[in-house]
Amino acid sequence: MKVMHKVLKKIDLAPRIKLLEIDAPKIAVKAKAGQFVIMRIDEKGERFPLTLADWDPKNGMITIVFLEVGVSTIKLGAIEAGENVRDILGPLGNPSDIKHLGSVAVVCGGVGTAAAYPIAKALKKAGNQVVSIIGAKTEELLILEDEMRSSSDELYISTDDGSKGHKGFVSEVLETLIETGYRFDLVYAIGPPLMMKATVNVTKHHSIKTIVSLNPIMVDGMGMCGACRVTVDGRTKFACLDGPEFDGNLVDFDELIKRLRAYLPEEKQAMSQLDEM
Amino acid sequence: MTDDKPTSHPKRVRKETVKMAKQKPEDRRTNFDEVALGYTEDQAISEAERCLQCPIPQCVKGCPVEIEIPEFIRLIGERKYNEAIKELKRKNSLPAICGRVCPQEEQCQKQCIMGKTGEAISIGRLERFLADWELKKPVEVPRKAPFTNKRVAVIGAGPAGLTAAAELAKLGHRVTILESLHKPGGVLVYGIPEFRLPKRIVASEVNYVKRLGVTIEKNILVGKTHTIPELLNGGFNAVFIGTGAGLPRFMRIPGENLGGIYSANEFLIRVNLMKSYKFPNFDTPIRIGKKVAVIGAGNVAMDSARSALRLGADEVSIVYRRSREEMPARVEEVENAEEEGIIMRLLTNPIRFIGDENGSVRKMECMRMQLGDPDESGRRRPIPIDGSEFIIDVDTVIIAIGRTPNPIIQKTTEGLETTKRNTVVIDESTGETSIKGVYAGGDIVTGEATVISAMGAGKRAAKAIHEYLMGKAGT
Repeated sequence: MKVMHKVLKKIDLAPRIKLLEIDAPKIAVKAKAGQFVIMRIDEKGERFPLTLADWDPKNGMITIVFLEVGVSTIKLGAIEAGENVRDILGPLGNPSDIKHLGSVAVVCGGVGTAAAYPIAKALKKAGNQVVSIIGAKTEELLILEDEMRSSSDELYISTDDGSKGHKGFVSEVLETLIETGYRFDLVYAIGPPLMMKATVNVTKHHSIKTIVSLNPIMVDGMGMCGACRVTVDGRTKFACLDGPEFDGNLVDFDELIKRLRAYLPEEKQAMSQLDEM
Repeated sequence: MTDDKPTSHPKRVRKETVKMAKQKPEDRRTNFDEVALGYTEDQAISEAERCLQCPIPQCVKGCPVEIEIPEFIRLIGERKYNEAIKELKRKNSLPAICGRVCPQEEQCQKQCIMGKTGEAISIGRLERFLADWELKKPVEVPRKAPFTNKRVAVIGAGPAGLTAAAELAKLGHRVTILESLHKPGGVLVYGIPEFRLPKRIVASEVNYVKRLGVTIEKNILVGKTHTIPELLNGGFNAVFIGTGAGLPRFMRIPGENLGGIYSANEFLIRVNLMKSYKFPNFDTPIRIGKKVAVIGAGNVAMDSARSALRLGADEVSIVYRRSREEMPARVEEVENAEEEGIIMRLLTNPIRFIGDENGSVRKMECMRMQLGDPDESGRRRPIPIDGSEFIIDVDTVIIAIGRTPNPIIQKTTEGLETTKRNTVVIDESTGETSIKGVYAGGDIVTGEATVISAMGAGKRAAKAIHEYLMGKAGT
């Protein structure tokens, strides 16, 4: 049976960052904060994971946000409303463990903000005091600021170049908040691995439990390939089956970063081919 | 036996089987085309004529789906191919696959009387001949029983699921297969390479199952997209779990997460399912180094090693901790691998991987092994030899030491009884699980086994499901 997924809406959030609303009713009714999908754009496409940024069970659609970094995300970015995506599998991974804990900081950077948004929303709905810190390289790359503001009690912004908010990293904002007396029962850190690593380095000193959401290379997304293996507390885990969320203090980020770079030469080769097309 | 010894058969029968043509090793090591080329019509008839037509055929006892082997062979001998394929398909819905990947030498052919004094009849080659003959003409769909108005959900479109679905459809039930990948076939499409089982063959066998009226829904992961209780509450009268053994095992030794180290599953999924051997024309990349080591010696290891060679590796070796005798791969596949130039490093076990500054694997430390007394598997236990450590250069490692069942369904189905090994517990005779109306079969029950044993399990479960649905049992 051929089931295609129609793109219903496309929004340019920032340069190279796009938002798509896609028809996927079966996934929309099941999705929970923290989960992801595996997509394949066309018959020759690769399978790649994207965290769900939102979903609407009533209208049967899901929302994804992505940065155009490689062949697949560039192809995805070229799909217009009304066109189709070949395959979407999900929702995958374990949902976030949302509980009433008290005060929670949601620290996110880059497109990680899109993955953090449903979690912030769910945490707030569960009665938590939510303090969000969102970051990007520069002001024009900041995304979902209004959405994050409406799901947080307080929102802080940080940019690498200081074009908006704090000049520097989100982890520095978190550190300042902690030092000025904020007490967090839990920290969520979602974004590029270096950002998550820096955040964990801050929370470690203050003994605050920190959850990170990992996005390693995956092929099937359901435990078959083992490409997404990460070392957590000295043991190998599969991000797709055991995660994607883990205790950030226990994750071997250096290994994760090296594994994410595994296909850089091939990615370059594929990109140059894409340029010629 | 000598020729002058009296025999009960009037006609003298050749002791040697008719050889099947293969692509030459020097040609095939650079392409992904099928290696074994199949019998011609004359060869098939000549081989069929060797069959003694035993009154009490032993071969049938060795077949997990009890094909009436002498009967279809007799029909080949009489050139009645249409009748022969019908006879074959009465018991086996996927003969083009079985004819290629079944370990016949361990099953039907092992029992063959001809094998006692010479070579067994090449039953697998004859099965393949017939199936391929049929694939050249329009598919004929057998008559089905009238619709029963019962709906069955089959989870997984691999050998067990496809067989169960085909059998249930023939009995008149409405069957929907829920497949998690984007292509049906299970291990037949993601695991076994093109050169051993062309994907067009799998596609035509899947098409046959669809022509029987089976619906296949792809990209549905049961346990996540739907759960088994939801299926039972949502209109399905019974469920069959055929999700296989898809979770790769790793060695749990230092350095295993370095770049360039794949599970055989990842490597084969990239190559077979995602067609990365056609990268960058297909988007999924594969990195293959100059020196490739494949850990393990089963069929999956041979498939991985031979694929690596075809992707352009300079040197590919199989690294196995026991000796040649204990290798779990089919003899034929080991022979094929050696003909192509795969090196066998036996009685060798890796203990550590060593990487460079980028985190890519560069070397592998191994120990020499010797064989001790048999272990619980009945094979002689490999024991490391003290002080025998040595290092070999590698830049790609493929770990092919086995697969275990995927845990997603077990975790999301309350009341489903499982073992410590994460396999699903069933009633051996019916395939029924601890949940009424829910059946299971194949690798999810046995752990990693063969395509044909999964098909046999699918068939047995289909029979039991039919009885359950029609109210003869389970009420």
